[in-house]
Amino acid sequence: MSLADDLTTPVEGDEDKTPYSERGPAPVDVVAGFGFWLFLLSDIVMFSAFFAAYAVLVDHTAGGPDGLKLFNRTYVLIETMCLLLSSFTCGLCSLAIERRDARGTYLWAAATVLLGATFLGLELSEFSRMIADGAGPTRSAFLSAFFTLVGTHGLHVTLGLLWFVSMMAQVATLGFRPIVVRRLLCLTLFWHALDIVWIGVFTIVYLGARW
Amino acid sequence: MFGKLTWDAIPFNQPIPFATSLGVIAVIGAIVLLVLWKGWTRYLWDEWITSVDHKRLGVMYALLALVMLVRGFTDAMMMRSQLALAAGGAEGYLPPEHYNQIFSAHGTIMIFFVAMPFVIGLMNFAIPLQLGIRDVAFPVLNSVSFWLTASGVLLVNLSLFIGSFARTGWLVYPPLSELAYSPDVGVDYYLWALQISGVGTLLTGINFTTTILKLRAPGMGYGRMPVFCWTALASNLLIIAAFPILTATFAMLLLDRYLGFHFFTTDAGGHAMMYINLIWAWGHPEVYILVLPAFGVFSEVIATFSGKPLFGYRSMVAATMGICVLSFMVWLHHFFTMGAGADVNAFFGVMTMIIAVPTGVKVFNWLFTLYGGRVRFSSPLMWALGFMCTFVIGGMTGVLLSIPPADFVLHNSLFLVAHFHNVIIGGVLFGAFAGYVYWFPKAFGFTLDERLGKAAFWCWLVGFYLAFMPLYALGLMGATRRMQHYHETGWQPLMIVALAGALVILLGIVLTGLQLYVSIRTRAARIDRTGDPWNGRTLEWSIASPPPPWNFSTLPQVQGADAYWGMKQAGREAAAQEPEWQDIHLPRSTPVGVVLAFFATFAGFAMIWHIWWLAIVGIAGLTVTALAHAWRVDSEITVPARDIAEHERRRQRP
Repeated sequence: MSLADDLTTPVEGDEDKTPYSERGPAPVDVVAGFGFWLFLLSDIVMFSAFFAAYAVLVDHTAGGPDGLKLFNRTYVLIETMCLLLSSFTCGLCSLAIERRDARGTYLWAAATVLLGATFLGLELSEFSRMIADGAGPTRSAFLSAFFTLVGTHGLHVTLGLLWFVSMMAQVATLGFRPIVVRRLLCLTLFWHALDIVWIGVFTIVYLGARW
Repeated sequence: MFGKLTWDAIPFNQPIPFATSLGVIAVIGAIVLLVLWKGWTRYLWDEWITSVDHKRLGVMYALLALVMLVRGFTDAMMMRSQLALAAGGAEGYLPPEHYNQIFSAHGTIMIFFVAMPFVIGLMNFAIPLQLGIRDVAFPVLNSVSFWLTASGVLLVNLSLFIGSFARTGWLVYPPLSELAYSPDVGVDYYLWALQISGVGTLLTGINFTTTILKLRAPGMGYGRMPVFCWTALASNLLIIAAFPILTATFAMLLLDRYLGFHFFTTDAGGHAMMYINLIWAWGHPEVYILVLPAFGVFSEVIATFSGKPLFGYRSMVAATMGICVLSFMVWLHHFFTMGAGADVNAFFGVMTMIIAVPTGVKVFNWLFTLYGGRVRFSSPLMWALGFMCTFVIGGMTGVLLSIPPADFVLHNSLFLVAHFHNVIIGGVLFGAFAGYVYWFPKAFGFTLDERLGKAAFWCWLVGFYLAFMPLYALGLMGATRRMQHYHETGWQPLMIVALAGALVILLGIVLTGLQLYVSIRTRAARIDRTGDPWNGRTLEWSIASPPPPWNFSTLPQVQGADAYWGMKQAGREAAAQEPEWQDIHLPRSTPVGVVLAFFATFAGFAMIWHIWWLAIVGIAGLTVTALAHAWRVDSEITVPARDIAEHERRRQRP
C-alpha cells in the first residue's frame, strides 16, 4: 500500500487519474508506517557501522582467542532457529491483529516473547561462558567488536520484548483503536528487522569465522 | 555518593571561566526573575515550552542558535586575541590547557549547536508552510527533538562551570581522547552531550523526510515543490544515513572509556584510524546536511528578489540529489596523510573535484536567475550575493586541497582553517541569516529594520575577509592550526589583521542584536498586514503573518511550480467565494519533550561524573515518561469552523 503510494503514475484500473504525488497528504497509517520504516533504516545504518568495525577488527585478537576457538556453530544455529521461528509467530500475531482477534494476538505475542526470551537466554549464557573463560570484551579489539555488535542486537531484542509486553497491556486496556493498531504494526516491523540484522550477524560473525 | 564530582570541579582558581560562570548565572537568574515578576511563566509554559507547533519550535531553534553563536564567537575572540599576542617568546593570556578547551568547544558549539539548530529551525518554520500543510508528520517527536538538542546545549555549557571540556579538538580523535590520555571528564561531556542531541537530530531527519515525501498539499507533485523543500529533503535523507554512524562511533569510544573495550586504544589490537574513517563517514555528509538547506534558502531568496522563477529548476534538483549521493564518497579527503596509499588518495581526490561540479551548476543557476530579473537589493538578497562571492572562493580553495600532494603540504595548517570557515561562514551562516531576515516577517508579522540589517551584513562580509584571508597566507607560510603560541614574529602582523576582522564581525553581531531590538520597539510602524511583504512566490506568503496555528484555513490546491505566484497571476484569491469552513484538528501541546530532555540531562550529567544512582533515576524517568505518553488517548484539539471563519474575515478586512 505505502509502496504503491510512492509511484507517481496511477496503477491500471485506478479511477482517479491524478498522479499519486499530487493527491495531497497521505493518510495517517501510511505516514506512521513510512516514518517507522525510515527509523528502521537508520537503525540498520547504525548496525552497519558496528559490522564495519567488526570486519576491521576481526583479526585483531591481540594473542587472545579467535572466533574459531570461541564459537559453537550448533549452539548458534539453535539460537538462530528460535529467532527465525519468533518471526513466524510474529507474523501470525499480525494476522490476528488484522482480524482484531484479541485472544489470538495474546497467544502469538506470548509465543513470540517466549522464543525471543529463549534466544536472549542462550545468547547471555554464551556471553557469560566466554567471559568466564577470560574471553570478555576487554580481552582484545576483536572481542570488543564482537560483544558490541552481538550485544547491540541483543539489546534490541530486549527492548522488543519489553515493547511486546507494553503493547499487550495496551491492547488489554485501550483495545484495538487505530493508534494501538498502528503501534502494533510498527512493533511487528521492528521484530522482523531484528531478524534481518541477525541473519547478517549469523552469516558474518558465526559462519564467517575461519573454521 | 557523587561519583567523581567534588568541589575541585568548580574553577575557583581560574579567573576567566569562573567570572564567566558567575556572569552567566547572573544573566540566567535575572531572566528567571523577570519572567516571574512579569508573570510570564504560564504563557511560556503553555505557548512555547510545551508547544508542538512547528512554527514555535522553529523560532526556538533559531533563538537557541543565536544565543550559542554568541558563546561560540566568544571562544573565537579569545583565540584570535591570544594569537595576536603570543608571538616570539610571549605566551599570551591563555594557558595551553585552557586554549585547547577553547578551540575544541568553539568547533563543537559552532557546528552542533549553532549551524545545526539554525538550519533545522529554518526547516521547521518554513517546510510545512511551503508544502501547504498544517504541521509536520510527527509534531510531538519534533518537540522531543528540540528539547534533546537543548539538553545537549546545556551539558556542553555546564562543562564551563563544573569540570572541564575536551582538549582534543572538535572531533575527539583517539588515542588522545581515550581514557589513558584524557582521564578527566572533558571528553565525556562532549560524548554525552552529542549522543543526546544526536538522537534529537536523527528524529528530526525521520520527521522531515516523512513530511516532505508523504504530506504535501493537493497538486504539489515532486516537480512543483519549492527548491528549499528539495534541499531540505536531501539534507534530511543525509541525516538518516549519516547520524547513526556518529551514534555508533561515539558508542564505541564510550565503551572504550567506560568499560575498558579496545576499539581505538593503543593496546590489545585497538585501531585508532578506524575512528577517523567512521567519524568522517558521518562528518563529510554533515557538511552537506548544513549547506544544502542554505542553498535552498538562497534559491528562494534569489528567485523572489529577482521577480523571476528560479532558472533551471530541474538541474537544481538534480544537482542537489547528486550532491546528496556524492557526499558519501569523499570522506577520505579529510585524512589523505594517513597513508592509505596513492590509489585510494587519487580516487577520493577525484571524487572531491567531481562534487564541485553540481555546486558549480547551482552557482550558474543563481546567476542566470538574477540575469534579466527585476532585482531588488533588500537585505536577504545582500546575504545571497555575499554568499555567492565568498562561497566560490571557499569552494576553489577546497578543490585545491582535494589534490593529495597539495594537501600533504597544507593539511593541519591555517590554510585549512581558512578554507572551511570560508565555506561554513560564507555558505551556512550567510544562508541562515538570509533565511532569518527573509522569514522573520512571516513569523512575527513585522519586518526587520533594513538599514541596520544591511550594516550588519557589511560588517560580517568585510569582517570575514579581514579575519580569514590572512589565515590563508599564514597557512602557506607554515602556521599550523590549534597552536597556542608561535616563535615566528613575522606572522604577528597578519594575526593582528585577523583579530581586527574578528572585531568587525563582533560589530556585525552587535548590529544583528540591535536590529532585532530596534525592530521590536518600532514594530507598530513596520507591521505587515498583507502576509506577503516581499512579493513572494511560494505558499507561505499566501497566509496571514504570523500564520494561525492551523496555517491554512483550507488546504491550497496547487496548480504548478511557484504555487502562490501562479495564484496571484490568475487572481484566483480575489475571485474565490467564501468556502465552507470546516473544523480543524490540531495536535495538542504536551510537556513530554521537555520532561524527556529533563531526565536525559540528568542521566547524561550522571554518566559524565559516574554518579550511577542518578543515572538510574534519569533512565527510569525517561522510561516512565515514554510509557505514560504511550497511554495518551486524546492527542488532538479541535478548532471550530467559526473560529476559522472569524480569522479569515478579519484578514480580509483592510
